[in-house]
Amino acid sequence: MSNSSTSDLLKPFKLKTKQQELLISILCLVYILAFITRLFSVLRYESMIHEFDPYFNYRTTLYLTQHGFYDFWNWFDYESWYPLGRIVGGTLYPGLMVTAALIYRLLHFLRFAVHIREVCVLTAPFFASNTTLVAYFFGKEIWDSGAGLVAAILIAVCPGYISRSVAGSYDNEGVAIFALLFTFYLFVKAVNKGSLAWGLASAFGYFYMVSAWGGYIFIINLIPLYVLVLLITGRYSMRLYVAYNCMYILGMLLAMQIRFVGFQHVQSGEHMAAMGVFFLMQVFYFLDWVKHMLSDTKLFQEFLSITVTCAVAAGGIALGVGVASGYISPWTGRFYSLLDPTYAKDHIPIIASVSEHQPTAWSSFMFDFHILLFLFPAGLYFCFKRLSDATIFIVMYGLTSMYFAGVMVRLILVATPAVCLISAIAVSATVKNLTVLLRSKNKVAQIGSTKGTSSAKASSKASLDQSQPFQKNGAMALLFGAFYLLSRYATHCTWVTSEAYSSPSIVLAARGAHGNRVIFDDYREAYFWLRQNTPPDAKVMSWWDYGYQITAMGNRTVIVDNNTWNNTHIATVGRAMSSYEDEAYEIIRSLDVDYVLVVFGGVTGYSSDDINKFLWMVRIGGGVFPVIKEPDYLVNGEYRVDKGAAPKMLNCLMYKLSYYRFGEMMTEYGKPPGYDRARGVEIGNKDIKLEHLEEAFTTSNWIVRIYKVKPPNNRW
Amino acid sequence: MEARIRARVNLALTFFALLFFVAGSSPPRQFVISNAERRIDLSSHIINVHLTLKVENAGTRPASEVVLALTPTEVDHLAMVDASAIKGKRKKTTSLRLEVKPTELPDAPPIDTKYFTIYLANPLNSGESTTLEVLYVFTHFLEPFPAEIAQSESQLVFYHDTALILSPYHIKQQTTFIKTPSTKVESFIRMEPTNRVGTEIKYGPYEDRPPYSISPIHVHFENNSPFAVVEELVQEIEISHWGNIQVTEHYKLIHAGARHKGVFSRVDYQSRQSSNGASSFRYVRIVYLLARLPPRVHSVYYRGEIGNISSSHLRTDSLKSELQIEPRYPLFGGWKATFVIGYGLPLQDFLFESSDDKRYLNFTFGCPLIGMVVDKLTIKVVLPEGSTDPSPVVPFPVEHHLEAKYSSLDVVGRTVVVLEKKNFVPMHNSHFQVYYSFKPIFMLAESLMLASAFFMLFVACVAYIHIDLSVRK
Repeated sequence: MSNSSTSDLLKPFKLKTKQQELLISILCLVYILAFITRLFSVLRYESMIHEFDPYFNYRTTLYLTQHGFYDFWNWFDYESWYPLGRIVGGTLYPGLMVTAALIYRLLHFLRFAVHIREVCVLTAPFFASNTTLVAYFFGKEIWDSGAGLVAAILIAVCPGYISRSVAGSYDNEGVAIFALLFTFYLFVKAVNKGSLAWGLASAFGYFYMVSAWGGYIFIINLIPLYVLVLLITGRYSMRLYVAYNCMYILGMLLAMQIRFVGFQHVQSGEHMAAMGVFFLMQVFYFLDWVKHMLSDTKLFQEFLSITVTCAVAAGGIALGVGVASGYISPWTGRFYSLLDPTYAKDHIPIIASVSEHQPTAWSSFMFDFHILLFLFPAGLYFCFKRLSDATIFIVMYGLTSMYFAGVMVRLILVATPAVCLISAIAVSATVKNLTVLLRSKNKVAQIGSTKGTSSAKASSKASLDQSQPFQKNGAMALLFGAFYLLSRYATHCTWVTSEAYSSPSIVLAARGAHGNRVIFDDYREAYFWLRQNTPPDAKVMSWWDYGYQITAMGNRTVIVDNNTWNNTHIATVGRAMSSYEDEAYEIIRSLDVDYVLVVFGGVTGYSSDDINKFLWMVRIGGGVFPVIKEPDYLVNGEYRVDKGAAPKMLNCLMYKLSYYRFGEMMTEYGKPPGYDRARGVEIGNKDIKLEHLEEAFTTSNWIVRIYKVKPPNNRW
Repeated sequence: MEARIRARVNLALTFFALLFFVAGSSPPRQFVISNAERRIDLSSHIINVHLTLKVENAGTRPASEVVLALTPTEVDHLAMVDASAIKGKRKKTTSLRLEVKPTELPDAPPIDTKYFTIYLANPLNSGESTTLEVLYVFTHFLEPFPAEIAQSESQLVFYHDTALILSPYHIKQQTTFIKTPSTKVESFIRMEPTNRVGTEIKYGPYEDRPPYSISPIHVHFENNSPFAVVEELVQEIEISHWGNIQVTEHYKLIHAGARHKGVFSRVDYQSRQSSNGASSFRYVRIVYLLARLPPRVHSVYYRGEIGNISSSHLRTDSLKSELQIEPRYPLFGGWKATFVIGYGLPLQDFLFESSDDKRYLNFTFGCPLIGMVVDKLTIKVVLPEGSTDPSPVVPFPVEHHLEAKYSSLDVVGRTVVVLEKKNFVPMHNSHFQVYYSFKPIFMLAESLMLASAFFMLFVACVAYIHIDLSVRK
């Protein structure tokens, strides 16, 4: 009896269950694929933290796990920005560290004795996997579950996202893209459903995003923009009202709990759009109510014009007064540089000096998106064909983020989920149409044997296209073409991941003369030397790029680091590096520096060394201290280090420290001694004498050179 | 410098005190040493002193306790003392290890002299004589002078001792040979008859010296061997009854020789190395270290605090495995490096079952790095979860206590037997055992836990799928 009843109960679900099983297993595979495709670097090198910023995140996470949350929150770091220090708890987005620490705690609670480093290394791949799930649900929400699946697969391997989420790339973006997409998904869901619960969920998603990355600015501007567009296109609804108000108010209050963000939601110009739209929303609601009450349309039209004018005027005046009284801060330079690609170059050299802040080249779009670049417009076409609240959102997200991706290379990352989703719509819709075509033909051949998927819509489509000749063959060809393209995409993604995005940049690998792999581990050699063989309170001066690494791996105090919050301090270091030795010594003494560290690639041919970055030091230094003039270091506008170089160049501190005793060194057969392999020239000043500094350590491939600052001479 | 002065003052004090007390006191001196020969090997920073004593019972009663005397400075640096009795003549000698214990002599002169007693296997009758061989091993005994040297200078060290052997007995004839690593000897104090041939300085023979007579000397010579010292070594041996022993060794290495001063020039370092190769000149620095690991070692790794160190080579054969490692940078005087070596070993080579149904681990007590002085050696034997009453058996005195450790999937924690030894030298290398009882059922605990966790997960999944459907309908 009971047996038969359960089978009766299950019967109608059987087909559904099969589909669901397929769906779940595909999602599981995508989940795993997204994780393992990011493990190239662990297999090639080791489980280690990559690049620069992740070292800071790692160090803070370590601090968080060792000292607990309150100490972390109130942490004043004496080891960076000497002598200023840095209020770490108040100047970071803690989301990433707290997430990693929670995962770490959870694993330990489950009795898995893992090291915090492993957790940090694998955080980004783990969240990338989660992003694929979110992409599935998002795709399902805006189109259908097929599009969701394709989106999940596309985003799992998309190089634009992998570049920031390989194992070891322990950076804010790793969790932030997940949070970004999740917030968007929840908001769209809330708009579609009009339920407070989803609105609340999206507020929490937003809170997580705010806690994780400064890119939350994008959300807090995109969503109001989206709402505005809906309002203008006459798509205002109660659902939108509930979703936006709930998300904005709660999200704002929650975001204020992050110290680094604080009251910016009500005080900074970048967040004012959201507030304006919030008030506009109330005006709309009010008007709606009045319209409901008033039966006379003419009267309402008049009332409408008066109210809108008043509201806009009041908003404008409030904004004007706020800005004038200084209560609302104007837009920051970073925000301007996002809107205007040329802004940073003229006004903020420190932003322009970072390679990932450059405007994007077409090749990198191609590199990071591959076929998605062509599928994106196709997807937009499909979206416009089936406009709904959700597709409008994804279209807006896609278009705005593509613009930002064009402004800055690193923002390709933000565009990636949108591009994947829109492309997935294109792929899914195309493939669906084609298969429907194929199946409808089959249906004619074998009547009634197929069931389920080919629905009334499919048959109508088939009847529509019945007249075209070679329809089936064409559909087959197109289908194969689509699969070919997708397989090319998969190959390309794997290749890019393994070749371009999986190198830790701390350890450099090269091919030796016999085809063997040569490893240059000079960075860690130098940092470890600092850690072990210098006094614990030693202060190290280097260009800001290496600050985070020196504090994390060398465990020594640095003058400036990658946080770049104090431009003057960085400019002081830039000035010291570009001055003559005795002038530089004054600055070094005033900063109480014990060691100076420079990175030099002349022996190995490593091109991103300090000599190649030197012009930025001059520019940033010159921006604050006009004694440093860029033309002094150039000859006819040309930057050179050989005999024809400018005399100031040949004798500045950076040149001396990089090339000290390099003139005696044979780097390549058939070349004179002192031949710089990174720049391919023989250096111009081979007889370098140091007066106030002495060589303390040089790594085995000369990549890092550390100099000790001598105490001042005795006066007697 | 200060240490040297202190050593001298100590010696001098001892000397005067001894002279003062020689007449009055009467230690158990039925013995007379008819011939003493001492060979001091200064070729590395571990100093071996071989002392051959021909002991004669001049008393009336049979006696079996021979007393050795050492100055306090010597005792501070003494890593081990070992004595054996020599039987037979010329080539057919056999040696028998004897027990040596530190003792206090109640009627000895009340000065800082420390004593060790050798317990003879058979009491020596009146008038009989026997030959004893004593080995002292000293560490941190050579004192670099100058204390700081530049990159390309060679390292000069002082060695302090007395030309006459300190002993509570009358010594009829004695000779001391000091072997230096090279012929470069800056200076040494003579006490006639003294003569120096090649790398050897010979003091003596001196005839008929009363008890407690000493005569301070020093030798100032070149010793370019790097003074590789492991300040602290923590070796963790984790036993898994699933067939593996995981050993993790944390090293704190220091070059304890003359401190490096001033510039480290990579140009000089590289050019001298490449042009001269292995010829005459050698910087006083640590470049390579050789670790001798047991055979059949697997999954060897070598890493530092901030990640993997790629400069290592492993050679394995059926008898031993050799791991050659290179610190991240050459270690000049005073420079430090910390690193970790880890490896796995097959369980059956080291774990055995004893007769009383207990299991025991039989492992080498020591530092696998060759020629290392270890200031503090801690061995932690992590027994599997659920093992009870552990008892270590070590051939020499060590401190030991118990700890608990939580490894993966541990609920109650593993028992850890911690053994600590200070001032460890390679001569100590020997086997030790840890006995414990263990019920094989505990082996299954963790796998059962995992299996049930996965089972729960799948049940939850199944439940979720069904619930999901029913809700939707």
